[in-house]
Amino acid sequence: MAYKIQKPARTLAVQSYIVEATKGLMFTGQRFFHNTFSPAETSKIATIRYPEETREYPERFRGVHRLTHRTDGSPRCVACLCCSTACPAQCIYIEPAEYGPEDARAGYERYPKVFVIDELRCIFCGFCVEACPCDAIRMDTGYHVPASSDREDFIFDKDTLMSIPARDGTYVTGNPRHEPGDPTHPGVSRLQKH
Amino acid sequence: MELISSLLESVWSLLGAASWLVEPLLKIVFVLAILLGFAPILTWAERRQSAMMQDRVGPYKAGFPMPAFVMDAVPKAALGALAVSVITGVTGIGCFLAMVLFHMADEVLFPFTYGTTFFLCLVLSPAHYVAYKILPTLFEDNRLTVYGLLHPAADALKAFWKEDFIPPRGDKLLFALAPMIAVFPAFATFAVIPFGPTVYWEHLFQPLPDGGDLGVSSVLQVASINVGILYMFAIAGTGIVGAAIAGYSSDNKYALLGGLRAASQMVSYEVTLGLSLVGCFMVYDTLLLSDMVTWQIDHVWGILVQPLAFVLFFVASIAEYKRVPFDVPEGESEIVAGYFLEYSSGKWLIFMTGEFVEVVVSSALIATVFLGGYDVPFLTPHGWEAFGWRFDLAASDVALLREFHVISDVLNSHIAVVLAQIGAFLVKMAALCWLSLQVRWTMPRFRYDQVMQLCWKIMLPASLLNVLVTGILILFFQEL
Repeated sequence: MAYKIQKPARTLAVQSYIVEATKGLMFTGQRFFHNTFSPAETSKIATIRYPEETREYPERFRGVHRLTHRTDGSPRCVACLCCSTACPAQCIYIEPAEYGPEDARAGYERYPKVFVIDELRCIFCGFCVEACPCDAIRMDTGYHVPASSDREDFIFDKDTLMSIPARDGTYVTGNPRHEPGDPTHPGVSRLQKH
Repeated sequence: MELISSLLESVWSLLGAASWLVEPLLKIVFVLAILLGFAPILTWAERRQSAMMQDRVGPYKAGFPMPAFVMDAVPKAALGALAVSVITGVTGIGCFLAMVLFHMADEVLFPFTYGTTFFLCLVLSPAHYVAYKILPTLFEDNRLTVYGLLHPAADALKAFWKEDFIPPRGDKLLFALAPMIAVFPAFATFAVIPFGPTVYWEHLFQPLPDGGDLGVSSVLQVASINVGILYMFAIAGTGIVGAAIAGYSSDNKYALLGGLRAASQMVSYEVTLGLSLVGCFMVYDTLLLSDMVTWQIDHVWGILVQPLAFVLFFVASIAEYKRVPFDVPEGESEIVAGYFLEYSSGKWLIFMTGEFVEVVVSSALIATVFLGGYDVPFLTPHGWEAFGWRFDLAASDVALLREFHVISDVLNSHIAVVLAQIGAFLVKMAALCWLSLQVRWTMPRFRYDQVMQLCWKIMLPASLLNVLVTGILILFFQEL
């Protein structure tokens, strides 16, 4: 059955088009003059001139990885392989190594001889950060992986990862560490059975 | 002054034999410079203006990379400009005070006097201050960008590097001819538009005397044809052929549809375009554009006597150059890009240039017919006059003001009047171009049947009504 579609009522101003068109022109003109001639603080320009100007990423943005430092500048990482195990993209490669016998940490923990992240393979899920028991890997750099036309530039080795600071420019995290010899250190060791 | 006029005289006598050829050539060069200067500025303005009203930055990136020493020199040059501005400003004020205190304003203008220096400083000081303000903003990120004005050049360069595609089964000759046919009328129509008053070369540096033999003169109009504006419609009518041929020769159904739409739309609106001006012919009593301007200088601007014709003509001319809201011939959502779908590279560039040149030409025509052409209010050929009072300090009652007659001498001199009027014409043209770009970024596109309905059912009757009412009013006023 045919039924009548109720069309919205139009006033004469709308129907004649000229009035509404003039209104529209005045609105766009107002916006044009406002944005063109008012100083940057009051203008409504929403976009930025991107590569030259950048916006700060949100606080919880997962940026490029960094390896956090201990107070003596060595990596916090103990090469437990938790991150590379958790990584769904399998982009982390770690070669663990033992400290020398003269080192206080010898026999207590290992260190990563090689720590490589393939940033092209990484999916930036943050699982490695979640998995790390030592707060050794973080993605709080507030910066994305810099662009390059060379694939080699995206293979980040240990030195590269350790050279990337946090957003505030520091390398050491707020979490305290208990080094062997510290009074807070529990004093356990793999070699000295307890 | 003697030197300059004698120099001009010798130049004129040198060109005397060939002046019938040289003068139009110079005018054509000037007109082409206007059109080809405005077209890239409009391509830039269209993008920048649309960006600004949509809260975007717009094009800013294209530019010449500048070496470090240039970038280092820019702030210093700006400071130098500021210094020059201050020095000339102080000098100008000093000259002004000298004119007041020592009654030193001389009658002769061009030898070195306080008056001349004052005027020189009056120009130099603000100019350098503007340079001081503008110079640093021309550079961005170690590039010379000029507010994005280099984008049209970059775009043109890019277009020429693209493949010049010719549809293999299209008509190759017509395909190559179409953009030229489309762009030619846009340039040709400007020939009859007067862009300035008559210049009397022997009176450049003095107020134009009343009557008498004024010597060698030039009309600032490429061709003063006595069919005047009819020539314009005749030439503009051939623009239809370009669009139609482009659509036909592309061997593409969308292009053909676009060409047909363009042809029917342009033919339809040509009628309104012509009829809306008939009222103006009746009021101005002439077909010559220069006489129309003269009438408007003597009486009032055309927009006040023919407001409806102004609206009709403005709308019809937008439809005539096929831009939003009348861009159904190239409606992207329906027929991809319409009649220039298959065009690329330089040929496409010619179409786009033609479109912007048409915007400029129609703005110039509207400015001439409705906004007084090169008329500046209160500026007569003899100088500044308002309500019977003439701006002439030499004839002033106040002795102190008479000292400054050099100011009114300069402002009333023929060359100042001519330059002001040419400037006024360009400003009016630019304002109308701005308005048409604003319209282009404000209105949504009409549906095709709406375009036809608007033309035949609304605008054509309205323009006929305008003719009728104008005729009645003219008869009524003649009876009075």
